Amino acid sequence: MSDNQNDKHQADSQSCGCSQVDLEKRNFLIATSAVGALGCAAVAVPFVKSMTPSERAKAAGAPVEVDISKIEPGTVLTAEWRGQPVWIISRTDEMTAELSKNHDQLSDPNAEVSSQQPAYCKNEGRSIKPNIGVVVGICTHLGCSPTEKLKAGGDMGDGWQGGFFCPCHGSKFDLAGRVFKGSPAPVNLVVPPHKYLSENLLLIGVDNEDKA
Amino acid sequence: MTQETHSKQNKSALSNVLNCTLNWVDERFPLTSNIKAHLTEYYAPKNFNFWYFFGSLALLVLVLQILTGIFLTMHYKPDANLAFGSVEYIMRDVPWGWLIRYMHSTGASMFFVVVYLHMFRGIIYGSYRNPRELIWLFGVAIFLALMGEAFFGYLLPWGQMSYWGAQVIVNLFSTIPFIGPDVSEWLRGDYLVSDATLNRFFAFHVIALPLVLLGLVVAHLIALHEVGSNNPDGVEIKKLKDKKTGVPLDGIPFHPYYTVKDLVGVSAFLIVFTVILFFAPEMGGYFLEANNFIPADPLKTPAHIAPVWYFTPYYSILRAVPPILNSQFPGVAAMGLSVVAFAFLPWLDKSPVKSIRYRGGLYKAWLAAFVVSFLVLGYLGTVPSNVWGQFGAWLGGADRATVVARFFTVVYFLFFALMPWYTAKDKTKPVPERVTG
Repeated sequence: MSDNQNDKHQADSQSCGCSQVDLEKRNFLIATSAVGALGCAAVAVPFVKSMTPSERAKAAGAPVEVDISKIEPGTVLTAEWRGQPVWIISRTDEMTAELSKNHDQLSDPNAEVSSQQPAYCKNEGRSIKPNIGVVVGICTHLGCSPTEKLKAGGDMGDGWQGGFFCPCHGSKFDLAGRVFKGSPAPVNLVVPPHKYLSENLLLIGVDNEDKA
Repeated sequence: MTQETHSKQNKSALSNVLNCTLNWVDERFPLTSNIKAHLTEYYAPKNFNFWYFFGSLALLVLVLQILTGIFLTMHYKPDANLAFGSVEYIMRDVPWGWLIRYMHSTGASMFFVVVYLHMFRGIIYGSYRNPRELIWLFGVAIFLALMGEAFFGYLLPWGQMSYWGAQVIVNLFSTIPFIGPDVSEWLRGDYLVSDATLNRFFAFHVIALPLVLLGLVVAHLIALHEVGSNNPDGVEIKKLKDKKTGVPLDGIPFHPYYTVKDLVGVSAFLIVFTVILFFAPEMGGYFLEANNFIPADPLKTPAHIAPVWYFTPYYSILRAVPPILNSQFPGVAAMGLSVVAFAFLPWLDKSPVKSIRYRGGLYKAWLAAFVVSFLVLGYLGTVPSNVWGQFGAWLGGADRATVVARFFTVVYFLFFALMPWYTAKDKTKPVPERVTG
C-alpha cells in the first residue's frame, strides 16, 4: 500500500516536474512570510505596551509630605506613597544603639546592596537622621507587608530586639529594615528617596539629587 | 379501522416532514454523521466504572461556571472602588444573587475536585499512554488554564485575601532572573496590585481564558474520539472487532448507554453540590476564606495568608524550597515544575501494562507515596509553617512542618523522576485479551 503510494507520488512528481524546486517561487514565499511575520510582531507591540503602567499610574508616584513631629519615639507612622506603605520609624536612643550589636545575624548589616537604599542612607541605621528610619513596608520576598514587632522579646522569642515580621513567609527585619539571615527575603527593605524640607517636615519620593 | 389508517397516514406525514428537514440540513451541515460519530456510533468500552463519571461532570461544571458567570457579570463592577461593594450587592440586594454567586464560588472548588479525580483516573488506568498522549497533554493544558482562571477570578471580589494572594502570585514572576521585575510590573500594569490589575484580571477571567478553555476542551474531545477511550483494564478494544460490522467486540454505543450512566453521576454530583451550596458554601473557610470578607487594604497584610485549598500542594512546595544563592527562584521553579511534571507522564512510564490492575507492588507503593505527599502538602499549605512547633536545637530549631513539607516535596518529585526505573522494574501481571466485566 505504502509502496504503491510512493510509486504514485514519484510518478506524479516526475510527470509534473515537481522534483525541481522553483527557487524563485520559494524565495518569494519566504520573503512574503518574513514580511508577514514582521508585520504581526509590529502589531503585537501596541497590545503588549498597553499593559504596561499607564501615564496616570506613573503620575500617581508624586512625592508626599509627612509631618514627623508627632511621632512618639519607639513607634512607627505609616504614610502612603505610590499606594505602598512607607514606615517612618522613630527609634529611641536605645533602639539605635542596638543596631550596631546584631551585625552577625544580618545578611547585609552595612547596607552594601546599593539597590535597596539611596547612597546617602548607606549606613547601619540606613537613614539620614540616626533616630528616624524611612523604609517601604513591603517585604522584599513576595511583597506582603510585614507586621510591627517593635518590642524586644514577646512572641518573637528571646533575643528579639524589635523589628518587623512578615506573616506570609516568615521573613524577619530589624528596626532599620535590615533582613535577618535565614529569612526567605533576600535583601533589606527598600529605603525610598526622601529628604527633610525642615526639621520636622519629611518629603518622600524626592531627594536632593532630584530623582523622583 | 378508518380512523387507524387515518392516524397512520398522519404519522407518516409528520415523519416525512421531519425526514425532509433532516435531509435538508444534512445536505448543508453534517448533523446526522456527527451525531453518529460522536454519540450513537461512538463505541466506548463496556467496562467503565465509577471513575469514568468525572470527565462528563467536569463538562457539566464548566457549563455551570459559564452560565453563572454570565449572570454575575451583569451586576459585578471591575473597579477597585466598587468591586467589593458590588459583590456584597449581589449577595444582599440582587434577587437570587446570593445563590448565583455561591453556585459560582462553590463551582470553582468542585471544578478542581472533579478535575483532580479525573486526572487520578487517568493515572491509575494509564490513560495517558500511547496512543493517548495528546489527549493527556490537552488535559494538562486545560488544568493550567483552569488554575489561571481560578487565580484571576479570585482577585475579583477585591477582599484582603484576593489582594494579597494576587500580590504574592504576581511577585512570583519577579523572581525570574533578569526579566522578572519587568514581567510582574507588566502583568500588574502598575507598581503594585491596583485598579489596573483588577480590570485586566477581569478581562482574562471572563473572556480570554474561557475562550482558551473551551478551545482546549474541544481539542481534548476530538483527540479522545479519534483514538477511543481507554478503560479500567487498559486493553485496546479496537484490536478485536466484529468481522461483519467492524464494531469493537467490547464496545457499546456512547448513546444511549453512557449518556444514561452519566445522568446517574450527574444526579449524585448535584446532590453533593447542592448540599454544599445550601449548608456550607464557604466550607469553613476552605472554599471562601474569612479574610476575603474584609475589603482589600494595600497597607496591611492579614496575619495569616494562604491560597484556596486547590493550590495548597504547590504552595507548600514553594514554601518548602529554601532560597538558594539569595534567590527565591528555585522555589518558584519547583512549584512550576510540580504542576508541569504531569505533562511528562506518557514518556516517563515504561511499564508494559497500562492499568493499575496489572501492575505490581512497586508501582502501587510509589503511587500511594505520591497520593500521601499530595494530601500532606495540601494540608500544610493551608496552615502557617509553625503549626507543629519547632524541633529542638539539634535540628537548628527548624519548624517541624517545614521539614515535613521538604520530605514530601522530595517524594512528590521522586514519583516522577524515578518512574522510568520503577515502572520498568515492576513485576506486572499478564493483561487479558479482552476487557473483564
